[in-house]
Formats: sequence, structure tokens, C-alpha cells
Amino acid sequence: MDVNKMKEMIGFMDPEGRVDEEVFKGIPEELIHRMYRLMIFTRLCNNKALSLQRQGRVGTLASVRGQEAANVGVGLAMEPGDWFLPSFREYGAQFARGVKAIDLFTYWSGDERGIKPPENSRVLPICITVGSHLCHAVGIAMQARIRDEKIAVLSSSGDGSTSQGDFHEALNFAAVYKLPVVFAIQNNGWAISVPFGKQTATETISQKAAAYDIDGARVDGNDVFAVYLTVKRLLDAARNDHRPALIELVTYRMDDHTTADDASRYRKREEVEAWIEKDPIDRLRKFLSRKYGWDEKKEEELQAALTQEVEETVAAFEAESPPEPTDIFNYMYSEEPWHIREQRDEVKRTVGESSR
Amino acid sequence: MARLSMVEAINAALREKMAADDRVVILGEDVGVDGGVFRATVGLLDQFGPWRVIDTPLAENCIVGSAVGMAISGLRPVAEIQFEGFMFKGFDHIYSHASRMLRRSQGVYNVPLVVRAPYGAGVRALEHHSDAPEALFCHVPGLKVVIPSTPYDAKGLLISSIEDPDPVIFLEPKRLYRLFKEEVPDGEYRVPLGEARIVREGNDLSIITYGGMVSVCERAAQHLSEEGVDVEIVDLRTVWPFDAEAITSSVSKTGRATIVHEAPRSFGVGAEIAATIAERCLLSLLAPIKRVTGYDVIPPLAKLEEYNYPTADRVIRAVHETMQF
Ligand SMILES: Cc1ncc(C[n+]2csc(CCOP(=O)(O)OP(=O)(O)O)c2C)c(N)n1
Ligand SMILES: [Mg+2]
Repeated sequence: MDVNKMKEMIGFMDPEGRVDEEVFKGIPEELIHRMYRLMIFTRLCNNKALSLQRQGRVGTLASVRGQEAANVGVGLAMEPGDWFLPSFREYGAQFARGVKAIDLFTYWSGDERGIKPPENSRVLPICITVGSHLCHAVGIAMQARIRDEKIAVLSSSGDGSTSQGDFHEALNFAAVYKLPVVFAIQNNGWAISVPFGKQTATETISQKAAAYDIDGARVDGNDVFAVYLTVKRLLDAARNDHRPALIELVTYRMDDHTTADDASRYRKREEVEAWIEKDPIDRLRKFLSRKYGWDEKKEEELQAALTQEVEETVAAFEAESPPEPTDIFNYMYSEEPWHIREQRDEVKRTVGESSR
Repeated sequence: MARLSMVEAINAALREKMAADDRVVILGEDVGVDGGVFRATVGLLDQFGPWRVIDTPLAENCIVGSAVGMAISGLRPVAEIQFEGFMFKGFDHIYSHASRMLRRSQGVYNVPLVVRAPYGAGVRALEHHSDAPEALFCHVPGLKVVIPSTPYDAKGLLISSIEDPDPVIFLEPKRLYRLFKEEVPDGEYRVPLGEARIVREGNDLSIITYGGMVSVCERAAQHLSEEGVDVEIVDLRTVWPFDAEAITSSVSKTGRATIVHEAPRSFGVGAEIAATIAERCLLSLLAPIKRVTGYDVIPPLAKLEEYNYPTADRVIRAVHETMQF
């Protein structure tokens, strides 16, 4: 366990899109295009949702702008058999694992039908209570050990989650039982108004791995190659050798915490602007033009195609029929007990089914 | 058939379910090598190995949290919390996750989890070792809460709880663990969740109770019958969702109700029972409902325990008052 090594920032692509050729050989061109596409799609969906929120067409949501590389890199690094436990700012990773964009709009609009994960996807609903799902990830990884299944489990959460008891208990359990689990931390610098420096006294999050005797890595979270390759390496070690790991993805939350927040109360514009300079999508675009002759025409075509896809998604979302009042009783128990049935009947009687 | 104490019956239920279904795993503090501080899991480690009977680090939050993950991914975990007073470190995972995952995944992930804990007073224990927190769990939408009163029921209810597709809080009155033995069948049998048991039939007054209070009420009823008062005792067994039908049909018959539980009175399970009676069979009541319960206090230590823990005398007095109304 070399703590100093855990603190070193891993990066393969500089802000100008220049890469370390050796490392980069591991990523096929097709995958790079997929990453780029997903990162842009994530941002477009995100920005569309923000504008719908301002118009009152969806409710409060957490913007992921700035974290697309950390999201998408993590999402694509998993195998289909791996379990993924996201928190609430993970749209890119959710898309990579098969969550449909329309479901996010549905969910943001206050309709729980949108939180349903795709069947057999091994993706959990987002975790709203900060840090809880790290313990759930441990349990799923224990299940894999118990049944000798060769899979890995990945939880993703913010820097704020590392202050929760759940984080420490989960890392400890993972280490004690040698579990195939990777805890990815999206360190976006802030937990609402609390800066990273006040969240913890340690210089990095990754070094906390040393205290539990598990692998720790710190990655430039705006470098999608570094995120992807490092997460993949750690997932492989988890899957094959039962090595749990903690990985810190250093990135930045470019927008307010949520649409209900005003970040100008607690952070300086200059700080935000400096990070906008390090935009993960711009960085990958620079790489693409350097390496594959990506030009404005291709960029425009891609933007137009993805914008179209987002518009169609929103149109389909807005055409959805509203939920039934009695849906509030659905899925309370696998088999409906008498008290829920009585209350369902009460709502049926007093409110009735909708007119459709 | 063998004569078993409640803790032996619980051990038998766990052993038989584990043998029949390899999705069943046990986790908790000292459950493996030590067999649990009350010996409920004794011998199971030897039979099923350390990946089925898992000694955990001392962290209730992650015991319950990881059990939620196991349940989501297809196992049937039985998490033991060493004493009910330490369930609160795991309460977040019960309240926010175990009970909600079915809903939050819109039916994709159910949580077939049992959280077991020794429960209640009457054994002159330490602080935080004599609590009766069942109402807190009953108040959580999505949970079921079970409290057995006999070895036979303990085994059958635990088997039903392990087989239930949803989370069950299974509270074991520690005073009853070794209080008496009774005939308990070998092999699997089920006591269905949600069904009360009529412990004794009577025509004058219904005592509605559960857990450690059932034997206290039986003693009171015996005494009362000698006086000519014919008491019916309803043992809820599943505290929530309780058997409203059994409560109302008993009270409709007798016209009088006394509710007995050791948990604090206000906002307790008794309040819900009383409301149910009021809503469903108020007009058959001949006297006001009475509650004999623990008081709204922190469970006292040994020297004062008997003043809080309902006794047969207190039950008899309440029945007298109701009969004389
Ligand atoms: C247990 C818990 N406490 C408080 C909150 C309210 N809350 C929501 S997000 C948040 C900050 C989270 O920060 P971080 O973990 O860094 O994630 P980020 O929002 O930066 O993605 C807080 C305090 C919560 N959701 N859960
Ligand atoms: Mg953060």
C-alpha cells in the first residue's frame, strides 16, 4: 500500500487533447466515438431538462454538466453482468448502462414510473440518500462471492458521500471479505455549498483506501480515457481477483447543485470559469480532430442528430399519459395487504380513476 | 417432534430453511463461531460454512445495508441485530431502502430480507437492552413486523418471514427465549403472516396482545376465570399488518377490549388497535377500551423494571375496571 502512489493523479490526455500513445492503444476508435456521442447526448439532455425546468415543465433536477467524462467513462467501463448503483448525478453512466433518456424526463417531472430501471439490467434506481448505496453495493458483491459469480459491482457517489458512515463501513466490509466492488467517487469539488477542503482534511479521497487496505486510485475525471481505462482495470481486478478498490474522479460541477440552488452564494465565478476551460467534451473533441480529422461539419452533423434525438425524446415524454391516482399504492408490497387495498379503494371512491 | 424453547425453535427454523434453500444466508455480529449471544445461530456455521453464516464487523448500518444489497440481488438474507436497542444504527437502511426498494424500482427489485433482533424487557438487562420499538417499524410503509409468543409460532413465523418476498422485522421477546418449552414439529411448517391466534376463547372481554405479554395475559385470564370473568385472548403474532378481522370479530362478540403491550403507550400499537376497533365495531362496545402498556418512559433498569413492564396484576385491574364500567 503506497499512499503516495494513491495520491498521484492519473491522466492520459492533456487539456489540448494530446494523448499518451502507449496507454491509448487500448481503446478502439469505435468506442471513442461512442464515448463522444454519449457525452454530448448527456449534456444535451441535461441542458434540455434545465430549460424545461425553467419553464416549469419538469421539477427540480441536478445538473451533470462538467462531469460527462467521469460519468460516461465509468458507465462504459462496466460489463453487462456487472451491477451498477448510481447516485443522483450520473446520467451519462446510466445511459451507458441502458437507462432510457425518456425515463429521466419522466422522473424529473415528478412521475415515479420514470425511476424504474430496465429489467435485467443490473442497474439500481438512483440513490438519493447520500452514501447509502455503497452498503448495498457491498451486499451485492457479497452475493457474488457467496454464489461464486464472476462479476463486479460499482457504486458511484459524490465527494460528500465520503463523510458518511456508510462509506467507511462499506470500504471496511469490502476489504474484510475481499469483495468484487469498486467505489467510484465523483469528486466535483462541492457538496452543495461545502467545498472539498471542508468535507475532509485529507488531501485526496483516494488515499483513504490505504486505511482499509484496498486499492486506491486518483484520476483526472475530465479525461475520459483515464477514467475508462482505470475503472476498467479496477473492475477487472475486482472481478478476477476479488480486489476491492476506491477510485476518485477529479472533476467539477459546472452548474448550481440543483435547479433549486444558487451557487453564486458560495463560490466565485472565476473558479467556475477556470473549470469551463477544462471542459471534458472540448478536450475529447480536440483529440478527435487531432487524431481522426474531426471537423466542424462532422461536429454539426452529430450535434444536429443528437439534438433531434433529444427533441423526439421530449416530445414522447410530453405525450405520456399522467399516472393514475391509485398508482401511489403500487409496489408497496409484493402482495397487497388489506390496509393498502382498503386505502386504494378509498382513493378510487373519492378521486376516481382519471377520465381517460 | 421435540420439546424446544423459543431460541431452539428459531435455530431450527434457520437450519431447516438454510438446508432447503441455498439463497438463505445469515449475517450479524457473533452469529458464526459464537452462535449468537443468545445462541440462536449455534451450529449453523459448522453446517453451512462462513459464506452462509457470516460474522460481520461491528457495524449495524452496513449489516442491514449489505443485507439489502444481498436481497436485491437474489439472496434471502437474515440479518441479526444483537439487541433491539442497536437497530437504530441500521434503521436508515430499513426505513429508507429495504421498505422502499420495491416501490423505488417500480417492481423490479423486491427485498426478501428478515431483520431479527432479541426484543423487549423482563430480563433485568443493561440500558438499550430492554426496549420495545415495534411501533417505529410498524409506522414504516412497506414493512411487516412479527413478534412471536411461543416456540411453535416462532419457528413457523420465521419460516414464513424468510419466504416472504418483502422485508420483515422479526422481534424475539428475549424473556421468552428460554422461559418454557413446547412440542415443535420437525421439518418446515408455516404460521402465515397476518393471522392472529385465539389463545383462549371467552365471552366477556377481549385482550388483544402479542409477544412477551401473551403469557402474562394468560396468567391474568386464569385468575379472572376463577372469579367468573370469561376472557378471550387474541395474540396478533404479526403486529403489522395485523389481523383486523380477528380483532373486530372478537370485540364484536365480547363487547369489551383491553389492549396489552410492553412498549410505551402513546402512539403505540395499542393506539392503532383502538382506532381499528373504533372504526369497525364501536357500537358493540359496552365499555371504553383500556390499554395496559409500558409507560412513556425510558425502560428502567432492574430495580424498577417491574413497575413499567405490565404484570398480570395490572391486567387484572384493568379488566376489573372495564367489567365494572
Ligand atoms: C443523507 C443525506 N443527507 C443530505 C442530503 C441532501 N443533499 C443532497 S445532495 C447533497 C450534497 C451531495 O454532495 P456530493 O456527495 O459531493 O454529491 P454532488 O451533489 O456534488 O454530486 C446533500 C447534502 C441527502 N440527499 N442525503
Ligand atoms: Mg460533490
